[in-house]
Amino acid sequence: MIDDLVTWLQDPAHWSGPDGVPARLSEHVVYTAVTVLVAVVLAVPLGAWVGHTGRGRWLVTGANALRAVPSLGLLFAISMLVGPLIQSSLAFTLPSIIVLVILAIPPLLSGSYAGVESVDPAARDAARGMGMRGPQVLAQVELPIAMPLLLSGLRSATLQVIATATIAASISLGGLGRYLIDGLAARDLSQMVAGSVLVALLALFTDGALALVQRFLVSPGISGRRTRVGPTDVARIGSPRAGVSSTPRGTSPAVSPNGSD
Amino acid sequence: MSWALDHLGEILSRAGQHAWLAGIPLVLGLLIALPLGWLAARKAWLKGPLLSGTGLLYTIPSLALFILLPSILKRGILDPVNVIVAMTIYTVALLTRTVADALSSVDPSTRAAATAMGYGGFARFRAVDLPLAVPVLAAGLRVAAVSNVSIVSVASLIGVNQLGYFLTNGYARSFATEVWVGIIACVALAVVFDVAIHGIARLLTPWARAAEARS
Repeated sequence: MIDDLVTWLQDPAHWSGPDGVPARLSEHVVYTAVTVLVAVVLAVPLGAWVGHTGRGRWLVTGANALRAVPSLGLLFAISMLVGPLIQSSLAFTLPSIIVLVILAIPPLLSGSYAGVESVDPAARDAARGMGMRGPQVLAQVELPIAMPLLLSGLRSATLQVIATATIAASISLGGLGRYLIDGLAARDLSQMVAGSVLVALLALFTDGALALVQRFLVSPGISGRRTRVGPTDVARIGSPRAGVSSTPRGTSPAVSPNGSD
Repeated sequence: MSWALDHLGEILSRAGQHAWLAGIPLVLGLLIALPLGWLAARKAWLKGPLLSGTGLLYTIPSLALFILLPSILKRGILDPVNVIVAMTIYTVALLTRTVADALSSVDPSTRAAATAMGYGGFARFRAVDLPLAVPVLAAGLRVAAVSNVSIVSVASLIGVNQLGYFLTNGYARSFATEVWVGIIACVALAVVFDVAIHGIARLLTPWARAAEARS
């Protein structure tokens, strides 16, 4: 298997042209980036609004129930519904992108909702007491405190999209999944193995990169990297690390475990 | 609807296969995640590496894992063992953190009281920590069960027999009804798992029911 993999990867024919690794890899990255961006624009404001106002919680519950629908089934069903409506070359790509967006929404929605919702009411009150208005409270207090949960929602959404984009090769989407599906059809084991390793590496690399982003975007006062004096640090409440600390008064954030990792 | 009724036998047999492929890994994964999560909850220096290590396993896309495992395990690509191993890996990835969180959620004063009553070591873990961790464990298991049922259907792309067959076959034949039947059967199976885990957790936590009755 390792020999097959090395031979396949060393073949220069596999590194150029529309079926080469650079082209397939960039397709995969572009699909993922576009999908996650669209899903963030749709889901994060909505989740923040639900968490901020406490209205429309059924949206989050409904989106979570959607997770029970097998992504493969959703992919096929929606492409059969949408595909015939589109006449151009987009007929194959657009249904896949729609499904990927739908799949990326639940983790983002519940992450942003749980993050904003878990903000200590005392912190919110203090911000109002300091004269902040609704949008200011949201931007300067609630979103920074919600950041860890929001970003863990982003990470799981991104991984979900990378994995499902691979499956979407079976409905003619490009990307690295092509090697898996085409290899399967041609019984070309080395192509399948090479594709699988490349997809797994892409997923691991992306997750690592997002973990780094998380380190930079989350305020040190919330992530607990900068220790503060006293156990009554309001800002730490709502951070996932505070929830699993051994202190008995650590508040566990109200997020389902599938929001992370 | 009539298509589903005509194919009821086939749907049920594939659903049974699907339930095994998703359910056995749930049990195996829990058995592996329990000691790992216990270690992560007990040894602070092991917590980071253990949780991020198992978390990384979940990042591997399912189709990639289904294709790589046969070569690693030296088995035919159609062998259901590959799917069971893959799903066990995902279950361990999801449950290790849950076990660690569940065991950390046990009130230290309860643990101290158990120690004072003479419980120690494994006996205390079995009689006190583990039962009190059941509600959090059950929540994690429900998430893993739903995720397993969904991921197992992907294995139909490589030809392993389960409910996902209706999805690929329906798509290949441009027959939407069959795809929808497959989707509904998968969701129904996920609901069955969810209800079963919920029920078992209720049976294992009689004190929670007692508290409900009192209030």
